[in-house]
Amino acid sequence: MSIIIDRRLNDRNKNAVNRQRFLRRYKEQIKRSVDDMVARRSITDMEQGGEVNIPARDISEPTFHHGQGGSHETVYTGNDRFAEGDRIARPPSGGGDGGGEGQGDAEDDFVFSLSREEFMNLFFDDLELPDLERNVLGDVRQFKMRRAGYTPSGVPANLSIPRSLRNATARRIAVGASARRELDEVEAALAEAPTPELEARAEELRARLARIPFLDEFDLRFRHRVREPMPVARAAMFCLMDVSASMTEDKKDLAKRFFTLLYLFLTRKYEHVDLIFIRHTDNAQEVDEETFFYGTQSGGTVVLSALKLMQEIVAERYDPTSWNLYGAQASDGDAFGADPEKSRSYLEEQLLPSLRYFAYVEVPDEPEHLGSLAHAYARIDSPKFAMKSVTARGEIYPVLRDLFSTEAA
Amino acid sequence: MSTALKPRLLSNGAEWTFDLIDTYDRAIREIAVGEFGLDCYPNQIEVIASEQMLDAYASLGLPIGYPHWSFGKEFIRNEHMYRKGMRGLAYEIVINSNPCIAYLMEENTMAMQALVVAHACYGHNSFFKGNYLFRQWTDADAIIDYMVFARKYIMQCEQRYGEEAVEAVLDSCHALMSHGVDRYHHPAPLSVEAELQRQRERESHAWKQFDEIWRTVPRKSSEGDRRRREPDFPAEPQENLLYFIEKHSPRLEPWQSEIVRIVRKMAQYFYPQGLTKVMNEGWATFWHYTLLHRLFDKGLVDSGFMLEILSSHTNVIAQRGYAQRGYSGINPYALGFAMFTDLRRVCESPTEEDRQWFPDIAGGDWRKVLDFAMRNYKDESFIGQFLSPRLMREFRMFGIADDENEEALVVEAIHNEDGYRRLRRLLASQYNRDNLVPDIQVVRYERRGDRSLTLRHRQHRGRPLDESASEVLKHLQRLWGFTVRLVTVDDAGKELSTRELKGA
Repeated sequence: MSIIIDRRLNDRNKNAVNRQRFLRRYKEQIKRSVDDMVARRSITDMEQGGEVNIPARDISEPTFHHGQGGSHETVYTGNDRFAEGDRIARPPSGGGDGGGEGQGDAEDDFVFSLSREEFMNLFFDDLELPDLERNVLGDVRQFKMRRAGYTPSGVPANLSIPRSLRNATARRIAVGASARRELDEVEAALAEAPTPELEARAEELRARLARIPFLDEFDLRFRHRVREPMPVARAAMFCLMDVSASMTEDKKDLAKRFFTLLYLFLTRKYEHVDLIFIRHTDNAQEVDEETFFYGTQSGGTVVLSALKLMQEIVAERYDPTSWNLYGAQASDGDAFGADPEKSRSYLEEQLLPSLRYFAYVEVPDEPEHLGSLAHAYARIDSPKFAMKSVTARGEIYPVLRDLFSTEAA
Repeated sequence: MSTALKPRLLSNGAEWTFDLIDTYDRAIREIAVGEFGLDCYPNQIEVIASEQMLDAYASLGLPIGYPHWSFGKEFIRNEHMYRKGMRGLAYEIVINSNPCIAYLMEENTMAMQALVVAHACYGHNSFFKGNYLFRQWTDADAIIDYMVFARKYIMQCEQRYGEEAVEAVLDSCHALMSHGVDRYHHPAPLSVEAELQRQRERESHAWKQFDEIWRTVPRKSSEGDRRRREPDFPAEPQENLLYFIEKHSPRLEPWQSEIVRIVRKMAQYFYPQGLTKVMNEGWATFWHYTLLHRLFDKGLVDSGFMLEILSSHTNVIAQRGYAQRGYSGINPYALGFAMFTDLRRVCESPTEEDRQWFPDIAGGDWRKVLDFAMRNYKDESFIGQFLSPRLMREFRMFGIADDENEEALVVEAIHNEDGYRRLRRLLASQYNRDNLVPDIQVVRYERRGDRSLTLRHRQHRGRPLDESASEVLKHLQRLWGFTVRLVTVDDAGKELSTRELKGA
């Protein structure tokens, strides 16, 4: 009769490949939407997937079909007022499908959800960490072993038996070839006319063949392994922020967005990322995240104190040879007296050499106005240093893209 | 009484098991095949999860398909709507194959599973097996195998020629899919022998008719004649664009032609479904309703079961009025179900009006009448033949004429004595494929010249093509490789406009 089959355990992701193709095809449009979305989003759900809108025409599949115009009739249901011959004013949209009976064919935006993974991929697409290459080649302290063929010498544990025996077989065949050929001839002659000389010769040849060793020392082959440098797969990210009275909630929010994006970005590149939060007024403190963003404290501004504290922490806990160190600083740019200049020289001479990258983001009161700190920092000439000025939420993501875009690195 | 019936109930509660599905299937089969004589393919019932249902949606309901981004788009769209709760999933998907494959969702309750079995495995199934369009145009035995082949072939092409090249061809084919079906069977091509035989006959006929006197009639300028000697190709306009491209495109590689063929075959496979939406759904709905009621009458299910069935059934056949929110045209389930139910009523208890409108079938054997209708009609003719005045009144139907030369819309006909016939004709023509798909045919292929292809679009009552036609033309040009031209003519054949796309 009927066959009943349980297919629930079959592959549930038959359409994964189609989905991927669709995403690839419309990457450009999607990316534009992602940019938009990031500008609107709050940080807490940045890591979730998201909804992407694409104008319907971009993904249309055109066919030949009737457009508006000409004459045609349509049958509707639910007549409650019309009699034959009634005239109904055309709906304002013009040439609609009939009396405007909810036949809105307006093409809606095409909406769908991205998974977290897809979202992050598009989000950070074509961003690359600066100096990642140096990471691999330069001051590397970790190694991993990799196979690299075979070698004639090694420890017994690495002995490759198939290789060794193969070599031995080859050697035995090669070394014994002439003797075996002659033995064949001699035996053939013996079969026809046996003589004592031939008898002796055959005996001698057999003995010679028997003397060829089954396994010789130079047959041995050992699996070869080489040490290969491995990039350090952990990073420490220092977040430095000015929390003096002039940093308003809005500015902190901008700073937070920047830190969050940077953190998300680093987590994609490194298996393990440590976060260190340093806030400062006229003196610096290491605090936890909560206090960092929401704690209140007020006072003057001494940037140098934060940089010094960072250096101390690095010396104490994060050895630059085994950690990838990143610094990100946010400030409204107000600094006084000799502080900006001192901070610049300290950063440039003391800190930067041990860092992978240091990004400074200024959140000024007015877009065009640069703070004194920015003026000082502007003189730092190092590929590891970058600074940007941000005044609106929407600018954060483009700035991050700017800082880390592949070309710039 | 209910206590006496209880031991005979097939099941209690909402949980389903494989054994229970089997029990219900047997009970329903006994009624469907045994009592009502439905003729079905064997059934293959597959239980799937909701994600798999989404997968099945995207691949047009076929269990296997070739990879293409448009299916991904469809999938993403459905998934989104489903996740947002904007749309529930269909309870079932059924495939016109032999054995007939029906998908049941694991989330359904036992009552819903029984509904689906009755609806899909006996309703749709018998329709697929009986309706003339399906018999004529689809090969239920081969479709699954063909799709396996198609998938494999296209994936091989992707490996050899690159995904992008294959995707380009598929995109273009999909754009022309609605113009890739045969509506009439072509006579089988003559063998060379038969062709020669025919030519000889024609010659001898001409020879017998030969009359010296005609040679004295002066001919028209022979110069023009010589040029016209190359006959137009194709001799008759061809409406199956994909077929023409597959056979005659000067640029397509063999593998590309094969892909065109695959898409064309798929279009052909789905062709009957588009023509029988109302009938097919109506038939299946009518039968699940009838079969499950019979189950209840036999005391095999309790009233809780029936209540669940009925609430779902009512949702399916809901028809909103034009002024109500959420109106989206005529619901094929509602119209189809109402028509089959009404046909049964006309047979069993005809009124005076029915005797006047349906003298042949009023008072007849309803099973024979329904079976005949199912086998020999499509939506257009079914409505044209069997829509009764009573239904038009019940649905309160009215027709509106929209003429661009008129300032206002005019109510053409309503459900009254004057309007019944006109209304019925209007509704029937609404399901006529010619009214939905523009009439576009290949009229000329310049074989000896620039190899350009000329299509003719004959406007149907002044209705122009949609803007996207120029996009489609680009796709056509990609397949053809040389200049393509789309000439629009009006009903009288007067040329209105020409779109041309120069070949590379």
